Amino acid sequence: MVRMLLTGNKTTAYSAMRSRVQVVSAYPITPQTTIVEHIAEFIADGLMKAEYIQVESEHSAMAAAIAASNTGARAFTATSAHGLLLMHEMLHWATGARLPVVMVNVNRALGPPWSVWADHLDSISQRDTGWMQYYVENNQEIFDTVIMAYKVSERPDIMLPSMISQDAFYLSHTVEPVDIVEQEVVDNYLPPYDPPYRLDVNNPAGFGSLVMPNHYYEFRYKIAEAMEKAKKYIKEAAEEWYEITGRDYRGLLDCYRCEDADVVLFGAGTMMSTAKEVVDWMRAEGKKVGVARIRVFRPFPGEDVRKVADGAAAIGVMDRAYGFGRGGAFFNEVNSALYNHRNRPPTKNYIIGLGGRDVKPRHIRAIFNDLLKVKDEGLDEEFRWFGLRRENMPEEEI
Amino acid sequence: MIPYDKLPHTPIASVNSVVVKTGAWRTFKPVINYEKCIRCMICWKFCPDVSIRLEDGSSYPAQSERIKETIKEAPVIDYDHCKGCGICAEECPTKAIEMVPEEK
Amino acid sequence: MVKLTIPEIELMSPGHTGCQGCGATIAMRYALKALGEKTIVSIPACCWAVMPGVWPNNCMRVPLLYTAFETTGASISGIKAALRALGEEEVTVMGWAGDGGTADIGMQALSAAAERNEDVIYVMYDNEAYMNTGIQRSGATPLGAWTTTTPVGKTKFWERRPKKPMVDIVAAHKVPYAATLSIGYPEDFVKKMKKAKEISGFRFLHIYSPCPTGWKSPPQYTPKLAKLAVTSRAFPLYEVEEGIYRVTMKPKKTPLKEYLMLQGRFRHLTDEDMKELERDIERRWKELLLKEEMTAKLEELNE
Repeated sequence: MVRMLLTGNKTTAYSAMRSRVQVVSAYPITPQTTIVEHIAEFIADGLMKAEYIQVESEHSAMAAAIAASNTGARAFTATSAHGLLLMHEMLHWATGARLPVVMVNVNRALGPPWSVWADHLDSISQRDTGWMQYYVENNQEIFDTVIMAYKVSERPDIMLPSMISQDAFYLSHTVEPVDIVEQEVVDNYLPPYDPPYRLDVNNPAGFGSLVMPNHYYEFRYKIAEAMEKAKKYIKEAAEEWYEITGRDYRGLLDCYRCEDADVVLFGAGTMMSTAKEVVDWMRAEGKKVGVARIRVFRPFPGEDVRKVADGAAAIGVMDRAYGFGRGGAFFNEVNSALYNHRNRPPTKNYIIGLGGRDVKPRHIRAIFNDLLKVKDEGLDEEFRWFGLRRENMPEEEI
Repeated sequence: MIPYDKLPHTPIASVNSVVVKTGAWRTFKPVINYEKCIRCMICWKFCPDVSIRLEDGSSYPAQSERIKETIKEAPVIDYDHCKGCGICAEECPTKAIEMVPEEK
Repeated sequence: MVKLTIPEIELMSPGHTGCQGCGATIAMRYALKALGEKTIVSIPACCWAVMPGVWPNNCMRVPLLYTAFETTGASISGIKAALRALGEEEVTVMGWAGDGGTADIGMQALSAAAERNEDVIYVMYDNEAYMNTGIQRSGATPLGAWTTTTPVGKTKFWERRPKKPMVDIVAAHKVPYAATLSIGYPEDFVKKMKKAKEISGFRFLHIYSPCPTGWKSPPQYTPKLAKLAVTSRAFPLYEVEEGIYRVTMKPKKTPLKEYLMLQGRFRHLTDEDMKELERDIERRWKELLLKEEMTAKLEELNE
């Protein structure tokens, strides 16, 4: 145990240190900036031994990380919002190249209008890239997840990149107690990167050449297959980490008091911590509510969603992002998992918290009450922009 | 065609391209008149397709015996790969290479 | 024993899918001869991304990392950083990008890598247009050239801007070495490449590589064009080392018309048009000689 009071960003920097990353490509963007600053300090002070490339854009940050990873080094980078969008091409590239790059993203809203506050659309926009994707709710989870992510990504039968998203300012700039675990303990858990393939002058080969339609399809299937397989390894990695630290990340869904819940609320990020508090208050009042926090979004925990649906009589899905189609991303994927399932409780989508709009306990309480109403009276509407400012806005939404 | 479970994760290319017989592209082929060849190897130097080899020249004639004796190698066209671009013929200082139409 | 003027070793195999008479393949062949086996090459989208062959074929006998179009500068920085982290410092890292992938879309990553003085070699092999996508104009397309996006048409829509002076731009980043090379002069090419290999820091090499397909020139004239470009002064051979310019070849001037008329892409030019091109080339040549003269004085500053 090495307990310190750390912001999410400093925690991220420590996770890179403990993971013994070998190459860091760094480009600043609010509110990720202090991640790369702390890493630079660690390196400058001799606390961390890594090559540090001050790249000139996020696109280059990912390109450099990919090249470094393909050369056989453990690579790391961090970004947010527009930076993540800028490197979108290269996110797809890292997946196709089957490289275990790990990146921390600070979830920030997209402009225009400019906003630096918490919103998930940046990472949600990347859901098709083939990266394994995690959403964390506290600083400790950032630290633990980065290390577990390397372990899973670097498995020779997985070799997929991982992205860990933390809410802007709620985590990145807020101090919480974090156990950064002794280096030897992490070394024991996470061995040095042993690549199954790399650029090697003693064994020359070409990486990334042209493939005809007769094989491209199969290469893509292999990514899908690895993504499925990863579910098992994510749980195994979490099991091992649990034995070492006592911290339990064994569920792809972090289910809180779901087992006997009448209604369950899905969502991701820090607002789910708030939701868990509200669950306790409402349980004390006799209301059977529960929370299913989406911790692992890719691979998508379809089986776990179905298990929740087996028990719940109504399901709410909060999306802190909106893709301007038919409902939020989480809502769509939860629905998709349930469509062909025997138990299909009504599901309702709550768009909430965009651009850092605070998700307060009374908002969650209102949502739970709304879901309980859905359970009793049936689904009134599928989509609700919760807290939308309008004439005669209900108290509970303000 | 390779089944998906026998593929590497990502296309790793390590089969030497020499298996691709680009000689089939030719419409004209270079023919070296060894009696004019002075073994300068300019043809070997400029070939974009690495299709001129330096081989043991003892069984080939040369412009003079002296040349043949001092320079042991002779340039030999690799017709499996030569694309018939004509660079060797163009650059040869003694015009020892002629571009001849490929017979079909 | 045959005395060859360039190294005998071949690190490139036949069977690549380059066009007949492709200048860029000659360039790669020479580059690898000069650099040797302990080289890792990174290639973005360009003709050379396709020429090694369809997977699993590969004409390169050194490790090759294909990368996205605009990323060469970043890719080679990443490879070098990893090699340092792994203690494999003696491996040479070379980026091999086309003119489009360097002067246009690759400019940002190139400039950054040069500014950071990354210990890598960046090669821009210049066929003066986006050839892989079918002969579209790039920042390196010379004055007067036809391309599919600067067609002649009825309004004389051909290229109106001279080539982007890449060596000068990169040299302005204060890199240790930047030079132009031409496949028409293999010995000079190999000499400069070997010189670059031994220098630490960012080295930029601008290679002139004629493209018979894009230039509408007979394939057998590729080396000839590469020589005429230099002797007509359309593409002077020079190096910039620590800010000091040195023109490495001062040939007797040949008429520009001879160079231009071997290429279909200049066929539309009248004698008037060619005079304009001559003037532009003469001007640049004089500027180059002046730079050589001026920067010779920097020798004292560098001591």
